[in-house]
Amino acid sequence: MESDKDNASLLGGKLSVINVGLDKFATELADHDVPVVHLDWKPPAGGDPKLAALLSKMGT
Amino acid sequence: MDIIEKANEEAIRRMLGAEPVLINVVPAREIVPNLQDKMILHAGPPIEWDRMCGPMQGAIAGITVFEGWANDLNQAFTMAASGDIAFDANHHHDAVGPMTGMTTVSQPMLVVENKTTGNRAYCAINEGLGKVMRFGGNDAEVLNRLAWIRDVLGPAMGKALRDMGGIELKPLIARGLSMGDEMHQRNVACSGLVLRAIAAAMAKTSDDGTELSEALAFISANDQFHLNIAMAMGKAIMDPVRDIDGSSIVTAMSRNGTDFGIRVSGTGDEWFTAPVEMPEGLYFAGYTEADANPDMGDSTIVETIGLGGFAMGASPAVAGFVGAGAASEAANYTHRMSEICATENPEWTIPSMDYLGVPTGIDVRLVVDSGIAPTINTGIAHREPGIGQVGAGVVRAPMACFEQAVRRLAEKLGIS
Repeated sequence: MESDKDNASLLGGKLSVINVGLDKFATELADHDVPVVHLDWKPPAGGDPKLAALLSKMGT
Repeated sequence: MDIIEKANEEAIRRMLGAEPVLINVVPAREIVPNLQDKMILHAGPPIEWDRMCGPMQGAIAGITVFEGWANDLNQAFTMAASGDIAFDANHHHDAVGPMTGMTTVSQPMLVVENKTTGNRAYCAINEGLGKVMRFGGNDAEVLNRLAWIRDVLGPAMGKALRDMGGIELKPLIARGLSMGDEMHQRNVACSGLVLRAIAAAMAKTSDDGTELSEALAFISANDQFHLNIAMAMGKAIMDPVRDIDGSSIVTAMSRNGTDFGIRVSGTGDEWFTAPVEMPEGLYFAGYTEADANPDMGDSTIVETIGLGGFAMGASPAVAGFVGAGAASEAANYTHRMSEICATENPEWTIPSMDYLGVPTGIDVRLVVDSGIAPTINTGIAHREPGIGQVGAGVVRAPMACFEQAVRRLAEKLGIS
């Protein structure tokens, strides 16, 4: 569990961010000169659970 | 799954073991299987006349006049719409064609033989840029050029290739990659290498200095001359990869301007299709996106073997030409394509990427799992018949094709 002290430290200090998924968050941060690395990630099979299950059985 | 992994190992073994050689140029009627009079082979998966896009219909009208089956374009349109002309996909006849991909009986066909497996594949000769039949051009200028290719260039190339014993294409591609080609939208280096390889034999076998000069000048002036050779090579490499039980490797990607289609080794010759997408790119002066036709052509066979958009890292110049971003972005395209491919080709490497092999063997499982669609470098045709090329760009293969293929392969393997 994070303490209030940890949160205060996180929000009060200098941020370095890894953004996963939607790139808009990374763009917003970059526009405010926050160092950010964007990871282009999508849910497996575009989020289709049946297709993802098939792929899992097919060895991906 | 073990069966899929073993099947894919065999698919990759066949791809990397191929030895494609450009051996001849022959009239289509003599060599393309099951091609008949009043029959037109087109790019992409099969499609009926009513669903064809403007450039495809324009090219069909033009080639119908060229073959002498109609007196003019109006009569040709009427014949095509009334069922007097038979249509089929190039891929069903061991052939491929760029953009509209017209193949008919009298056209001279480049013949590439895969020496490892003995199969052959065919493609017509590249006409050059601008107003040409592959982009739907069909006026007298277009038809006269096709007649010259049929009567002068094709026979001259055929004589030379037979005399010299052909041109080995694998080392030529390797060299072209190191000279900045990706072999879809940039063929400057490989076209020059082909000219160097064939010029002496064309001179030796020619009995008409003027025709020889015209033929050599035509090849010299056409930066995309090698594209059609690369396409026949791609087809010759991929056809032996068809029908490996369990394999999830893509054996063909193709578009007819309406549908995008793929074939997968483990599902045989079944097409998985979805509406084709619009390329994003740069336009020639005077044209905009509003003029563009959706993506078209069998030329995606070069991406299927790891070239074109997959080899973008070899060709920073093409990234600018197709509007794909800065030159430094080119390598990122190749890295992304590596994520959806089974392996890298150790014989086709990219020097500027520390000799990384081009991504090879598109695996439909990896495409669907990652959500990364194959990147294709492409020319852009005007949406109306008869105008021609208006730009070049990048387009993604529709994810729906790969999702269908995964479901069908799973069904064949008894996976539910």
